[in-house]
Amino acid sequence: MSRADSTATTARAIRRRELRTLAQSISRIEQDDPTFAPVERSLYGGTGRATVVGITGPLGVGKSSLVSRLIAHLRAIHRSVAVVAVDPSSPFSGGSVLGDRIRMERGDRDAGVFIRSMASRGYSGGIALATRRTVRLLDAAGFDVVLVETVGSGQVDVDIRDVASTSVVVLIPHLGDEVQTLKAGLFEIADVFCVNKSDLPGADQARRDLVELVAFGTPRDGWRPLVTATSTTLPAGIEELWNSIERHERFLDEKELRGPLRRRQALQEILDLMKRRVEQDLLPRAQSDPEVRGLLDRVVGGTLDPPSAARRLLKGPARPRSKTT
Amino acid sequence: MTKNPAAPPIRVLIAKPGLDGHDRGAKVVARALRDAGMEVIYAGLRQTPEEIVRAAVEEDVDLVGLSILSGAHMELIPRVVRQLKSQKAGRIPVFAGGIIPDEDAKRLRKLGVRAIYGPGTSLEEIVRSVRAIVGRSS
Repeated sequence: MSRADSTATTARAIRRRELRTLAQSISRIEQDDPTFAPVERSLYGGTGRATVVGITGPLGVGKSSLVSRLIAHLRAIHRSVAVVAVDPSSPFSGGSVLGDRIRMERGDRDAGVFIRSMASRGYSGGIALATRRTVRLLDAAGFDVVLVETVGSGQVDVDIRDVASTSVVVLIPHLGDEVQTLKAGLFEIADVFCVNKSDLPGADQARRDLVELVAFGTPRDGWRPLVTATSTTLPAGIEELWNSIERHERFLDEKELRGPLRRRQALQEILDLMKRRVEQDLLPRAQSDPEVRGLLDRVVGGTLDPPSAARRLLKGPARPRSKTT
Repeated sequence: MTKNPAAPPIRVLIAKPGLDGHDRGAKVVARALRDAGMEVIYAGLRQTPEEIVRAAVEEDVDLVGLSILSGAHMELIPRVVRQLKSQKAGRIPVFAGGIIPDEDAKRLRKLGVRAIYGPGTSLEEIVRSVRAIVGRSS
């Protein structure tokens, strides 16, 4: 089979949601397999249809359980759904325990549901470098909704907004007083807030704090984040949560904000890819390229400051650069 | 980091089919494989063979580890092996851990189970053997 044939065959299998091909393709994306690039290119035109929802929030607030409930709700209203659940890789061993799936297996699985666990593989910000491309693949496979569950986020893990069209920030009662909600970072990216574990005491207070935060805040692009409360054990509030997500999606369409959003996300992705290229190019040259080594020597020796060295490297070497990848 | 960009991390699914609730062993093994640089998808307790096979395919794992302490290993492990084959995923090796008598272990090996770790197997041995089965380290 020629390469073009095999590209077409793989692309077709993905569009048909053929399970093994889909799963193996995600691995190829994670490995940055260059032979997969033609498949991604050929699928690109058919993407942009899925509703991509980010589920983020600190460790232990119940993101996976919430995703599990959302899957059930989405199936009940006849939407197909794919999930990308990101967990951290160890900075020490590179290994990872991906444990989100354990809360998502409820025996209601069918062809309309696809779940993939993903290790962050050294990428910070709450998602993995491969997350965006994987979401696009699942979009091309025709899933109506793609849920992206981030790493249990810290205050500044806000990269999900570069992937999702609606970001849900999940919190629980007693996470902190309302001063916490004034801080920059996580609270700023929410299109929808979700107070989970709403069966616990303190949930009403947490919800009121958030409502107040939203009421006094400046709406971004005219949108005031919605505040919902859920319990995954009862369960309660799941439908309301989904309806809030849909309201934000409709808002994006009505105010014609989807175009600018895509543009910002595309720019960010290109930027991230370029950063990675620069990194992949520069790191080996720190050993092998006399020019880079010389610059490093001078920085360490105190005759050149790091900003000047960076400027020189960005201008490019004096000699024509050898072609990379 | 032991990570080598040329060799992707080994992906392992660790699951407990059947009804016994003793998941300590499975968790200890999951942790050891993580510390050896592997990506462990921990599927946890009370999984049906169907769920395990579906997860193995979706997660595109390099191998599946099953932990069984209930005595139902001769029932559950062959079902996982059979279902993997029927899902065209028979190339995914299966290993097992738990209380499995030698006689049963022999029969399971004949069915294609690649390794069986009984009580007292060291974690180093499990890591070494998993790497040998997959044919690469991570």
